[in-house]
Amino acid sequence: MNHLLSTEHLDRSTLEELLDEAEGFAEVLTRPIPKVPALRGKTVATMFFEPSTRTRLSFEKAAKALSADTVSFSPGTSAISKGESLKDTALTIRAMGVDLIVVRHTATGAPWRLAEWLDIPIVNGGDGAHQHPTQALLDCLTIRQRFGSLDGLKIAIVGDIKHSRVARSDIFAMTTLGAEVILVGPPTLLPLDPEAWPVSVSHDLDSVIEEVDVVYLLRVQTERGGASVFPSLAEYATRFGMTPERFSRLKPEAVVMHPGPMNRGVEISYDVADDERALILEQVTNGVAARMAVLFRLLGGEHDA
Amino acid sequence: MRQVMSTEDLRRVTTRIAHEIVERNEGTNEVVIVGIPTRGRPFADRIARVLSDIEGREITAGSLDIGMYRDDLDTRPRTRIGPTEIPENIDGKTVVIADDVLFTGRTIRAALDALADLGRPGAVQLAVVVDRGHRQLPIRADFVGKNIPTAASERILVRFEEIDGEDGVWVDQGGDG
Amino acid sequence: MHDLLLKGGSVLTHEGISVTDVAIANGRVAAIGSDLGEAGETIECGGAWVGPGFVDMHTHLREPGQEWKENIASGTAAAAAGGYTALLAMPNTDPPIDSAHLARYVSDQAFRARNAYVVSAGCLTMERAGERMAHLDELWDAGVRIFTDDGDTVQNASVLRAAMEYVAQLGGVVSQHAVDRDLSAAGFMHEGSISSRLGMQGIPREADDLTISRDIELARLTAVRYHVQHLSTARGVALVKAAKEDGLPVTAEVTPHHLMFDHGEVLSMDANYRMTPPLREPSDTAALIEGLRRGIIDVVATDHAPHAAVEKDVPFEQSMSGVTGLEWAASVVNGVVGLDQHDFFDRISIAPARIAGFTDHGQPLAEGAAGNIVVFDPDKRWTPSSTRSRSNNSPYLGRELTGKVRATLLDGVLTYAE
Repeated sequence: MNHLLSTEHLDRSTLEELLDEAEGFAEVLTRPIPKVPALRGKTVATMFFEPSTRTRLSFEKAAKALSADTVSFSPGTSAISKGESLKDTALTIRAMGVDLIVVRHTATGAPWRLAEWLDIPIVNGGDGAHQHPTQALLDCLTIRQRFGSLDGLKIAIVGDIKHSRVARSDIFAMTTLGAEVILVGPPTLLPLDPEAWPVSVSHDLDSVIEEVDVVYLLRVQTERGGASVFPSLAEYATRFGMTPERFSRLKPEAVVMHPGPMNRGVEISYDVADDERALILEQVTNGVAARMAVLFRLLGGEHDA
Repeated sequence: MRQVMSTEDLRRVTTRIAHEIVERNEGTNEVVIVGIPTRGRPFADRIARVLSDIEGREITAGSLDIGMYRDDLDTRPRTRIGPTEIPENIDGKTVVIADDVLFTGRTIRAALDALADLGRPGAVQLAVVVDRGHRQLPIRADFVGKNIPTAASERILVRFEEIDGEDGVWVDQGGDG
Repeated sequence: MHDLLLKGGSVLTHEGISVTDVAIANGRVAAIGSDLGEAGETIECGGAWVGPGFVDMHTHLREPGQEWKENIASGTAAAAAGGYTALLAMPNTDPPIDSAHLARYVSDQAFRARNAYVVSAGCLTMERAGERMAHLDELWDAGVRIFTDDGDTVQNASVLRAAMEYVAQLGGVVSQHAVDRDLSAAGFMHEGSISSRLGMQGIPREADDLTISRDIELARLTAVRYHVQHLSTARGVALVKAAKEDGLPVTAEVTPHHLMFDHGEVLSMDANYRMTPPLREPSDTAALIEGLRRGIIDVVATDHAPHAAVEKDVPFEQSMSGVTGLEWAASVVNGVVGLDQHDFFDRISIAPARIAGFTDHGQPLAEGAAGNIVVFDPDKRWTPSSTRSRSNNSPYLGRELTGKVRATLLDGVLTYAE
């Protein structure tokens, strides 16, 4: 593994190794000094062309917990607005002596282009609606900690799958690890060709709620008001939201997850979000451990051939 | 491959080292034993078992993963992170690090760094099954099972029942074989 | 003594195709036949096709206004290397060609460069804004025969209808970049399994098909000569076929890239596969190839669209749309479609010249006619590695192609020789 760009082609053993390592790093994070010197002298750059405080912080925390230095680049303070190409920006950052770049971009494929242009590992921190592989790792880690394994679990991913990089990454990682994934949402929010994905599809959350082990709620893009893809936020909340009533119908051991930031009252009700079976904060904690595993895998020790 | 310590030899030096630890530290109330994975761990467990017998109370050993503290991560094959489990707070305690072979001293250097991130021990001591020489750092062991002078090209194999299915120590001449 | 002798090629004339010699003198075809006597220079044409120089009715030369991508001299040099002797320049320059002096500027610049004959298409609406008619009369008087807002579509049916009526009365052609704005606005590639996998917003085929369908009905209403640019869908081919069967004066073109590639190429994320209309599915590609073979699609047009490296060294979605094509279009068509010599020259020279109204180009060779000729070896394999264009945004660089231009003559003068 020379880069982490997508979960689509990660095999089961690689995924499991990464999760095993993430477990180890999760323990490091509980130590009195939650830090190891493994990547001392390395520099990790975060290039975020799309605002995201939490993902950037998580990567920076992960790098620092491995004793790497971090530098961050964001277009607001850069030459991008002056017409510099992504390639020139990337070559400039590389020339400063950076050892790995975490990139987030509004455009699909930006991390692939960086991987093509540069000779250092690239981590996809989210590209367009395409992939967000470290989110999938932390999600799978969180589920594995709860259930021991993903094998045979039924996971419903609910909401705007069509425009979600989280869903695209989770679908591949979860099914590779043995889970069964059901996509739930109105047709305007589902992929055009669900038959091409290793999933089943439902337009009715109530019909699957009692049989699933995990309900993974995606964020509704409230800033768009949903206007062009569903009638209203209220109608969305009624049909696809995790209401207390639906929550009460879940299997007793079933859990609720969300990649954040949440819209309480839309995809998840106020009370459910704070329940012990809503693993949202565990996901955030595991995000640092999962990203440590990725950074260490790419920068610690010789690269795989 | 030449066997240099038998099952019985290994048992005897473990017992001796446990007694030396008690003697040096005037008991074990302030002592914490931690093994360095992989083969420092069963050695630590065995010392702890002997100490439990001597002291008449349950003493458990911990585990100290030093993979992330190595200074040669760049050049060696990929290191995996292992578990670190310390049975109690080490602040002010005497920590006895247990490992199978003392060679260059770099592993112990890494272990000292790892310990420093876990707390502030009052003292740190080192127990090893075999000291084979060739130190690259100013480090020495407090408790040594056996000194075995070696050539740099030779390998020392300490094997434990728990991991390898048999107990004993062997010298592998290396070379072309 | 003749100036130049093209010896032993398979020559396309009004009488048909035969292996013979062509002598050039004083810029014209002096004689066709054997034993034509001495010439200052002889080009061996054995194994090659000799016919009228290629004619491209869809070239972006970028001058005036975007000379960092291309200018008329560099674009026509690339054209000559690709076997072209005449080009229809698209009017989406800066400023756009919506007035007569701008159209004349383009032709004058090309005349100075002496690489190819160039006529500009004119805008259909002022500033290509789709609202008010451009100076259609004035453009017509400056020699413009084809009117288009290429790069944009005239979305307003009422504006388009009026412009069609006006152009019909002049005898010109309305040429449309036929894409529905609302269905395509958010998209970057073909809407299908690949866009879904990549999470990229797609452009459905219907964005093209709805507009083509509407335009054909308006052409029926206004009796204008209507030309569909860069067909990309199987349904688009069917719509053109039906219009022709109804006897409407409808013509259509296809680009080399829509013949050779499908949306699977986008998986590479390489911005050189971003085009408008987008690369579609293998079934569409097959329909386009079949349409060209059968003559439902009249013309191969390059849609040569140079963009500077800085405009392509960005993520796919942020890149400029389009690829260069003049230097390899003939090779791509030859390799992918496999037309015989007659049909090959028809689609890439004779038909586009007829639609564009070029009288000295795109004619089978004849004694006394202008010496606008190409020598094309249909069997030669080669791999393009450099370009005469100012831009190198081409998915063909580094790909092996079949068929190569050996020589190009403009008014009897070599503009390119291998």
